Amino acid sequence: MLDAFGPVPLVEFNAVSNTLSGQKPRVIVSKKVAPYVLLLPFLLVFVGFLIVPMGYAFGLSLFKTALVGGTRFVGLENYARAVVDPKFWDGVWLLVRFGLIQMPIMLSLALIFALILDSGMVYARSFFRVSFFLPYAVPAVIATLLWGYLYGPSYGPVAQLATALSLPKPDFFSPGAILGSLANITIWEYTGYNMIIYFAALQAIPGDLEEAAKMDGASALTYALRVKLPMIVPMIVVTVIFSIIGTLQLFSEPYLITNLARSVINSNFTPNYYAYTLAFVAQQYNYSAAISFLLGAVVAVFSYAFMLLANRGGR
Amino acid sequence: MQSNNGRGLDRRQFLKAGAALGAMTALPMGRALAQEPVNLTVWAWTPKTQDMANRFMEKYPHVTVTVENVGQGAPHYVKLRNAVTAGTGLPDLAQMEFNSIPSFRALNALADIGPLGGNAVKDAFIDWTWSAVSDGEQVYGMPWDSGPMALLYRADIFEKHGLTVPETWDDFAEQAIKLSQAAPGTYLTNFGVDSGWTAAVLWQAGWRPFKTEGTNIQIRINDDIAKNWANYWQKLIDAKAVDTKPAWTSEWFAAFDDGTYASWVTAGWAPVLMQQSMKKSFGQWRASPMPQWEKGGKIASNWGGSTFATFNTTPHLQEATDFAVFMATDPEVARFWNTDAYLFPVLKELINDPTLMGNEYEFYGGQAVNTIFAEAEGQVDPSFEFAPFQDYVNSQIEDNFAMAIGGNGTLADAFDRIQDAVVAYANDQGYTVT
Repeated sequence: MLDAFGPVPLVEFNAVSNTLSGQKPRVIVSKKVAPYVLLLPFLLVFVGFLIVPMGYAFGLSLFKTALVGGTRFVGLENYARAVVDPKFWDGVWLLVRFGLIQMPIMLSLALIFALILDSGMVYARSFFRVSFFLPYAVPAVIATLLWGYLYGPSYGPVAQLATALSLPKPDFFSPGAILGSLANITIWEYTGYNMIIYFAALQAIPGDLEEAAKMDGASALTYALRVKLPMIVPMIVVTVIFSIIGTLQLFSEPYLITNLARSVINSNFTPNYYAYTLAFVAQQYNYSAAISFLLGAVVAVFSYAFMLLANRGGR
Repeated sequence: MQSNNGRGLDRRQFLKAGAALGAMTALPMGRALAQEPVNLTVWAWTPKTQDMANRFMEKYPHVTVTVENVGQGAPHYVKLRNAVTAGTGLPDLAQMEFNSIPSFRALNALADIGPLGGNAVKDAFIDWTWSAVSDGEQVYGMPWDSGPMALLYRADIFEKHGLTVPETWDDFAEQAIKLSQAAPGTYLTNFGVDSGWTAAVLWQAGWRPFKTEGTNIQIRINDDIAKNWANYWQKLIDAKAVDTKPAWTSEWFAAFDDGTYASWVTAGWAPVLMQQSMKKSFGQWRASPMPQWEKGGKIASNWGGSTFATFNTTPHLQEATDFAVFMATDPEVARFWNTDAYLFPVLKELINDPTLMGNEYEFYGGQAVNTIFAEAEGQVDPSFEFAPFQDYVNSQIEDNFAMAIGGNGTLADAFDRIQDAVVAYANDQGYTVT
């Protein structure tokens, strides 16, 4: 059945329409070329906005431009400097700690919400689905400004509430709290997104499995944990990899909260923040490009390591 | 010549030529010839700048000026620097703070407008502002507004807790401790992480961190002056006699308004800015001269202020220069900036104008606060130099001060780290560091 919806070459459409109108079938593009013609719009954008800029950035990373002396080719010198740059690795280490707090909380919340929604025990299911997803539709900039206000140390609503109850005001921007405060923002932003992915995967599980499980005497909980969960493991792996990538590229949230938490967020707080400062404050575009590629490599290593781990676990 | 097809001048053309000749003799050379329409783009963040540009267009009808606001502070300079690096997309002129002039000169981005009319208006400006934009006969910007410094304080809080208005920094420290003990949770001031303020206040103390000559640069960030200054504030921070919240947040503004902070060592643009944004403390603020390091001293400083700088990529350098000169020196326009916006003037004529400076503000209990700032304007030492990579220096000041305030080492340690980082950066950028 699925074949009917597989790739249909342009030629056949033409053949049909032309035959109907009594003309000779015309071949505009051959079957072999057709997929590439259809992919062309994507390929153009992909090359123009990803491959070319990446090539340009890689080119940049092999040079060094100084205020005095201009530009010269330095080969891998920028990379040699980057791999031993403590400011870069401090940022990576911070994000590892951040990820270890943020990812388990966010993904388990997403999973729990998805399982509840999928269980069919909830009324107004689509309302909840949309409202959980809504924060993802709020741009990160707005979300951060919003949370920045909520966290306000003297006049934020939380602080006001604490004052009204004569409790000590919580300091969301203290050195010990800042990771949690940032993690909370990203959890709020992305839980709904992950929940939708899980929910879609759960919906794809055939209903007869549930029937079979019930016949065997499984409770709803057992069915969820023993049948549904194992079936969406591949999806969970995918979301973890997305989260690893997203975490290691964290930028907007700490950048926007800097003004409120200057004493805990510095200009190399995360690797992307560091790359931004290098390029746009210190005018070290070349070194910034090298740092960016090194970050790309770190992301690849972390993602690959997790995949190896997941595959081993699966066997 | 092509238009008259080889015949001589016809009557109409003859009349036109005569009129043009007449115009040329009536106007200064060079102006009448450049009457083709000219478009200028200006990047500026101050409000109502387009209104003032419109006045320029009334006087120079062939020039159309478009003012664009691309952001204030870092975003403004990031965009300018990116355009310089890209070699395209620069406006003809931009508003530029005094501390950024050396950085954009180092990028060879600024045009010398001295011979085009810049030097002609030299004497109109307060001396230090002119030294900040010029290098001998070369002129890289028109001073536009300034930030001579003084102390704004809350008369009500001072009276309630029996504080005296500090004349020296020692007095200031004493009052800070006194207030924090008398009213816990209230502070004489906030020591926020603000690189611009830090440089300005150290400027008063005699700190001269940079001396650039061509590709040679002398860097003295952690000298004794800086260390003494650092120890002074460290003591107040350790004694919890000053607060250490981030500056420029809405919470920080509110803290001045609700009496959490009783004073602010600030600049000439602050009085009107505060008047516009604060309600509760109406009528309670007063101004007094900046605290001195030596009793009886008369040294002030400058914080902020800006110029109009012209980029050497502009095809209309003369018109751009005319615009910069007009915005900075036209008497009506210059006056407008002070009365309607919050910019403190740079023109000697306005600083010495008793009606403008003598304006009594109800927000300041009827005090003519501008007189205090006008006096400070004459007490700014012109020998202070910013680095040709000031944004990097600022980011280092902020990162390292933030560490110290967060309890990692002292402010004095921070100065050592900043010195090391900046020296390394200068070497890396090809300067010869001495």
